[in-house]
Amino acid sequence: MDIHTKTLAEQAELLKQKKVSSVELCQHYLDRIERLDSKFNSLITVDAERALAAAKLSDEKLAKGEGEALEGLPLIHKDIFCTDGVLTTCGSRMLDNFIAPYDATVVQRLQNQGMVMLAKANMDEFAMGSSNENSYFGNVVNPWKAGTVPGGSSGGSAAAVAARLAPVATGTDTGGSIRQPAAFCGLSGIKPTYGRVSRYGMIAFASSLDQAGPFATTAKDCAMMLQGMAGFDERDSTSSDQAVPSYTDGLDQSLEGLKIGVPAEYFADGLDASVAQAVEQAIEEFKKAGASIKPISLPNQGLCIPAYYVVAPAEASSNLSRFDGVRFGHRCDNPVDLEDLYKRSRAEGFGDEVKRRILIGAYTLSAGFYDAYYLKALQVRRLISDDFQKAFNDVDVILGPTTPTPAFAMGDKTDDPVAMYLNDLYTVSANLSGLPAMSIPCGFADGLPVGLQLVTNHFEEARLLQVAHQYQQITDWHTRAPEGLD
Amino acid sequence: MAWETVIGLEIHAQLSTKTKIFSGASTAFGAEPNTQACAVDLGLPGVLPVVNAEVVRLAVRFALATNSSITERSQFARKNYFYPDLPKGYQISQMALPIVGPGEMTIFDGEDRQKTIRITRAHLEEDAGKSVHDLFSDQTGIDLNRAGTPLLEIVSEPDLNSAVEAVAYAKKMHALVRYIDICDGNMQEGSFRCDANVSIREKGSDVLGTRSEIKNLNSFRFLERAIDFEVERQIDVLEGGGEVVQETRLYDADRDETRSMRSKEEAFDYRYFPDPDLPPLLVEQSFIEQVRANMPELPTVRTQRFVTDYELSEADAVTLTSERPTADYFEATLAAQHITPRLAATWVMGEVFSRLNNDGLSLEQSPVNAEALAGLLIRIQDNTISGKIAKSVLDTMWESGEPADKIIAAKGLQQITDTGAIEAMIDEVIANNPEQLAEYRAGKDKLISYFIGAVMKASKGKANPGELNKLLKPKLDG
Amino acid sequence: MALKEQDIKDIAHLARLGVDDSALAPLAADLSTVLSLVEQMNSVNTEGVEPMAHPGNAVLRLREDTVSEPNQREKLQQAAPATEDGYFLVPRVIE
Ligand SMILES: [Mg+2]
Ligand SMILES: [Zn+2]
Repeated sequence: MDIHTKTLAEQAELLKQKKVSSVELCQHYLDRIERLDSKFNSLITVDAERALAAAKLSDEKLAKGEGEALEGLPLIHKDIFCTDGVLTTCGSRMLDNFIAPYDATVVQRLQNQGMVMLAKANMDEFAMGSSNENSYFGNVVNPWKAGTVPGGSSGGSAAAVAARLAPVATGTDTGGSIRQPAAFCGLSGIKPTYGRVSRYGMIAFASSLDQAGPFATTAKDCAMMLQGMAGFDERDSTSSDQAVPSYTDGLDQSLEGLKIGVPAEYFADGLDASVAQAVEQAIEEFKKAGASIKPISLPNQGLCIPAYYVVAPAEASSNLSRFDGVRFGHRCDNPVDLEDLYKRSRAEGFGDEVKRRILIGAYTLSAGFYDAYYLKALQVRRLISDDFQKAFNDVDVILGPTTPTPAFAMGDKTDDPVAMYLNDLYTVSANLSGLPAMSIPCGFADGLPVGLQLVTNHFEEARLLQVAHQYQQITDWHTRAPEGLD
Repeated sequence: MAWETVIGLEIHAQLSTKTKIFSGASTAFGAEPNTQACAVDLGLPGVLPVVNAEVVRLAVRFALATNSSITERSQFARKNYFYPDLPKGYQISQMALPIVGPGEMTIFDGEDRQKTIRITRAHLEEDAGKSVHDLFSDQTGIDLNRAGTPLLEIVSEPDLNSAVEAVAYAKKMHALVRYIDICDGNMQEGSFRCDANVSIREKGSDVLGTRSEIKNLNSFRFLERAIDFEVERQIDVLEGGGEVVQETRLYDADRDETRSMRSKEEAFDYRYFPDPDLPPLLVEQSFIEQVRANMPELPTVRTQRFVTDYELSEADAVTLTSERPTADYFEATLAAQHITPRLAATWVMGEVFSRLNNDGLSLEQSPVNAEALAGLLIRIQDNTISGKIAKSVLDTMWESGEPADKIIAAKGLQQITDTGAIEAMIDEVIANNPEQLAEYRAGKDKLISYFIGAVMKASKGKANPGELNKLLKPKLDG
Repeated sequence: MALKEQDIKDIAHLARLGVDDSALAPLAADLSTVLSLVEQMNSVNTEGVEPMAHPGNAVLRLREDTVSEPNQREKLQQAAPATEDGYFLVPRVIE
């Protein structure tokens, strides 16, 4: 059976037509996981029993012609989402024994929509990383090429969908953690507007930047997933109560008249020529589809990384204080006193990159440095955000590369945190500004996928998905899958 | 050298809400440990705070009562430090943009002069949990039921110049928060606690001295003693050629002294920053107007109303309105039975207060409630009993909790108003006291009170004094 | 801003992170590199720019004051390293 080559939308049809059952579908993926994941290490926890029980319930509903929009469809959750009764590690030794006592809202919603969770995906510890080399549970391998990274921090989710271990997966994106692995793994992935998807039960990295979204092979599947995830949550004060439109209804609208802005700053120093070429080619496709291309400028784009690497660690340093070995999580053996309990539990529980960011964050917030670093970063953040608002006066969508390079080799950047941070060059601005952004495949460089990034104004996910879907109607990059995985 | 004391107070008033400031867990006092600490209060991974509307309402009410400005967009901030009863590793408080801005409160200083104390700000924050040190060997137990309880921290300018003024301010604030129903004021349960920032300077200087902060003073007496001790200590330090260090000190009631809380040199750096989980808190004018419309009557307004409506003296009105429970009790007494205000005022301030004082009770704990007191006073008003008898009836009510009428009936204490019966008693008394009668008739008028007393005694105090007066004189005069 | 080993010690204490002495120098070097990266922000004048702590222009929504969280102590304490009689336990704290 080659059902894993079908999209989520196609699988939904097959389930409804009873050409396949949810139990069969889930079992098929569980078999693939069993057979293939040892190569990729994309998953931390697989719960086959629980998945099959849920699939059986879905089949009963489907048999009666009932069931929700995503009834019986399998998925994988990034291990950053709390799952009631299931190990939730956030990729950290700190939580290697943490069975969450509640579901994240995202988990709850997708379950209410009928989806069946197969497994929980590996990730960079506490979502800090761009290569998935920062997981306590080991590196994740990019299914496109052994020895290369899948991107991060949602590298496990991306690798799993790329290897067709599930049709879709959830991820989170604080500075590019959905879009960059989507680009590296040849997938479609969307980071919605800040506030569009609830953050409740999603372990916080940087609260004002974090946003959950789906990975899929197509924009249409992303639309179906986002429909299930989005919406107001009274448990999250930053969640928006703006109504959620249909993300699938408008997908078929043409791009005639669409105004696409291309920022000069996205094609400056640091951009790999092969990536630039693939993106240029995509621009040509959009022109053919009736869109007009307009050069624009985001003058403060160059300050995105500096601002981000103040704001994100500052928030993280505070968010991660609750991991103190008192109420949950790792506690060191035989603490002699309270200070020893704190210091050793946290030293043992956190990995190097997490420690670095906690220290940077604590430093930039501390007395005497707050104005020069943290406050300054918030001001720069405003300038960056204003640049986008100015641009959206003239254009509907902003287009550029998702990452400066395709997936790199493992170990390439582990010794140089700053080189690693520059991976997020094009992605962090959307987080700083709270804008929705998406990455879709637009070609290959040396056999590795290249990602195209699209950004729209706040709450314009429908437009973003439509533009991506239309592009996928005239190109076939999104249909490519790594070879040798049958 | 002459020294001047400078004090600023930070008062933490626990807001009277059903649930926590950021979660839907109950705030009821005295529950089993950690049974009122939900996932949000425990700071479990992934949970988020959502602000309780009631705390905003109560803070705005406070602002209106103290003529304070209300910040249109206030912001919650994180105060970062590690402590086991602080679950998230930070306290959510407000820093740069508190909900309540500058305001003021007038107090009487030690010499009965009015003095205005400036309120710097009042901000919303969450309380921490409780550490229990004596329950486990070598371990401290953490109970997070209290974590997330809403507090309003009211910060004054350093406008207080003595322990007496500090206590007057704290008491007035205590009365106010109870008046406007934002805090139950229960100091034993920690619902109202003070931190005092104390410094001294040379008299006449306008430079502030180095201050020490005395934490968690949970009675007015401790507040006064802690300040007095601390002032003496600082004077000793300075006059001994030393320097006061800025530090946090703890008042030890057993030893009646303050001592430094820092076991070792520890620089505190709270790394405040805006809480990214909580966007700005917008207080709209319409919301303020709604709170204003439902505002409980303020003490000063109530005092004036007592003077106007009940024709009480200014002094009595001030006494009766200084605490809301007293004013409520007084008005409930009037309302229950149409008692005349004068009578009710005399009894509440006299008989009721003195009995409460003797028993060390607060008005809320009084064994005789307003309705019961009215049941007694109405019997004075309708001449069923005399004021003197009423006092003994109140004694019985105090002990037994029984209503006045039941006690009056059981003991047969109703006044004798039947003229025949009173006349018979007068006749008997006159007959038994021929010598006094002779003296009276010889011109010793004052002896009339001797006869009144004798008849009263014969009637066991029940003869109606009015009737007695009316009937006695003609008989004595012959 | 170049950080010294003592700076790392101080911040690590603030953050209650145990750091081995041997790790101080490499951490100081790493963090100094990151700081010089973020100091590129100084190239832009931000005088008078309103700081942006939250994206978008959301304001708080408030929750009604009704009890919604029942006692779940047993479930919530399952992940705790040490509890007794309903209390979380930590090494004796001296106040
Ligand atoms: Mg304070
Ligand atoms: Zn406080």
